[in-house]
Amino acid sequence: MQLKLSELAWRNLVHDKVRLLVTITGVVFAVVLIVVQLGLFLGFATTTSGLVDHSGADLWMTAARVPYIEQGVAFSERKLSTVLATPGVARATKYIARFSQWQRPDGGQEGVQVVGFDPDQPLGAPWNVVEGRVADLKLDDNVFVDELYRQKLGVTRIGDVCEIRGRRARVAGFTRGLRSFTTSPYIFTSFKNAQNYVSLPSDQTIFILITGDGSTGLDDLGRRLAARVKDVDVVTTARFSAMTRFYWMFTTGAGVAVLLAAVLGLVVGVVVVAQTIYATTMDHIREYGTLKAMGATNGYLYRVIMQQAIISALAGYSLAMIVSWFVVRGSEKGGAAILLPWQMAVGMLGLTIVMCSGAALVSINKVTRLDPAMVFKS
Amino acid sequence: MDTVIQARGLTKTYAQGEAAMRALDQVTLDLYAGELALLVGPSGSGKTTLLSIMGCILRPTSGSLCVLGDEVTRLAERELPAIRRERIGFIFQAFNLFPTLTALQNVALALDLKGASGRAARDKAAQLLDQVGLSAKLGAYPADLSGGQKQRVAIARALAGDPPIILADEPTAALDSQSGRIVMDLLQRLARQRGRAVAIVTHDNRVWGYGDRLVKMEDGRVISDERQAALEDRSREGAVA
Repeated sequence: MQLKLSELAWRNLVHDKVRLLVTITGVVFAVVLIVVQLGLFLGFATTTSGLVDHSGADLWMTAARVPYIEQGVAFSERKLSTVLATPGVARATKYIARFSQWQRPDGGQEGVQVVGFDPDQPLGAPWNVVEGRVADLKLDDNVFVDELYRQKLGVTRIGDVCEIRGRRARVAGFTRGLRSFTTSPYIFTSFKNAQNYVSLPSDQTIFILITGDGSTGLDDLGRRLAARVKDVDVVTTARFSAMTRFYWMFTTGAGVAVLLAAVLGLVVGVVVVAQTIYATTMDHIREYGTLKAMGATNGYLYRVIMQQAIISALAGYSLAMIVSWFVVRGSEKGGAAILLPWQMAVGMLGLTIVMCSGAALVSINKVTRLDPAMVFKS
Repeated sequence: MDTVIQARGLTKTYAQGEAAMRALDQVTLDLYAGELALLVGPSGSGKTTLLSIMGCILRPTSGSLCVLGDEVTRLAERELPAIRRERIGFIFQAFNLFPTLTALQNVALALDLKGASGRAARDKAAQLLDQVGLSAKLGAYPADLSGGQKQRVAIARALAGDPPIILADEPTAALDSQSGRIVMDLLQRLARQRGRAVAIVTHDNRVWGYGDRLVKMEDGRVISDERQAALEDRSREGAVA
């Protein structure tokens, strides 16, 4: 009996090739739309906190009440020794993330975000390095830029020289895919260089990155550090990441717009799928009426219609993932990242099945309320 | 003859705006095994409504209906599909075949509904199609069949599960006269040779000769119910006069 149901569902779907194409296209369109919008949202959210998330630190020490990474305020670097002397601290290093001005070889100006870290420490270093060695940043004036911004910054290869706030900056390497949420690309350099590039006094830092030795919990260590070091906040990396994301995504209009687009994408996707699956069921409404007249139970009809919906969902989802993969790959070289982590891909499979089944449920409702006497109308 | 359907005082009223329209008015009728009954009358006389109620597809507003001894008007909605499935075969004016399924699959689907499946259902379906003279068309889709062939597939489908009652709504209306004759021959054989109770709603007076009984309806009422013998007698009297 089960085999037959599948056969009816399958044949209802594949008999009319044009209708099948329309159905699958509808599902593919909806899934790709949702993937792109959610992927953009995820990409934006991830980009805003990229520096924090990839810092390798457990805790961030900031000046008091710093709401997000770009808003860091300078404080005395002497606090570093107190931090290092605190039990439970394995490693601590000074760190800078601050806006500055890049002068291209052709004289054009671009805003950049200078990221200064200690190249001898594993904390705060650039990731996805595709050219050059991080150790090269120990040399004066050496910087890493992301290959996405070669054109924007007017550099093409290692050895190109530009200026940051009137100081020489030589490209020593390239990263890949390190987007900045703001329009200012990241420029990685040593802490000492960064102080010069952002005009930070030599006894100041913007952040201190800390890792624990595991002897105590991070919350405890944070409280201990905050008690020992005055006029600073100590937050976990996860917390600081969330604060930064929250600021950019919800305090500014940018994130809200992306989120709204993602929600709209979801709504439009659901409507497209609902309409497509509903129309497919309605195409066969007379046949369902005939089945009812012949004595089919509502359960029998549920199974046929749900199987059609699930077959459509699986076929549409599979094609949509192929299309989405190309879209995601294409976005890697663009200004906006579209992310499709496996969790989202799995979630989309569930969502596609739920969307198609939900749409089928609406039409099932119509079918189960069908007056079987309709079959006598010619 | 065994009574398979007993209708007593069936009334069906439809709301029509503020007023009520009475489609059936106190209809009392019995159908018997081995008999082909023709329900005739002008449009709006209540024939199809009566057929729908006898087929447990529509509920009467009042009255009682026994199908093979069971009072079905008291049954819950969820119990009616089993009655339709196990006791009644339907034939429709527009054939109502599944366009996505072949002739064989259309019949097998009806068997599937009745609990047969797989190879057994296909073999039985092929046998039923053979009985209606369509053994050469097992793999044909409805779109590739003539009207008469479609109706014969529909008859084979109605016979799936061997129901004792066959209800047909205008089975020849969409057919040419030759196809109509083939279909009516089949239905007549079902009644006379295989003991089924066959009730046919028809406008087509060419098929009156096939009926064992002619039930005339008008304005929701049965105005005459005559057996073929009586009809033939009257016909002879008319010829003598």
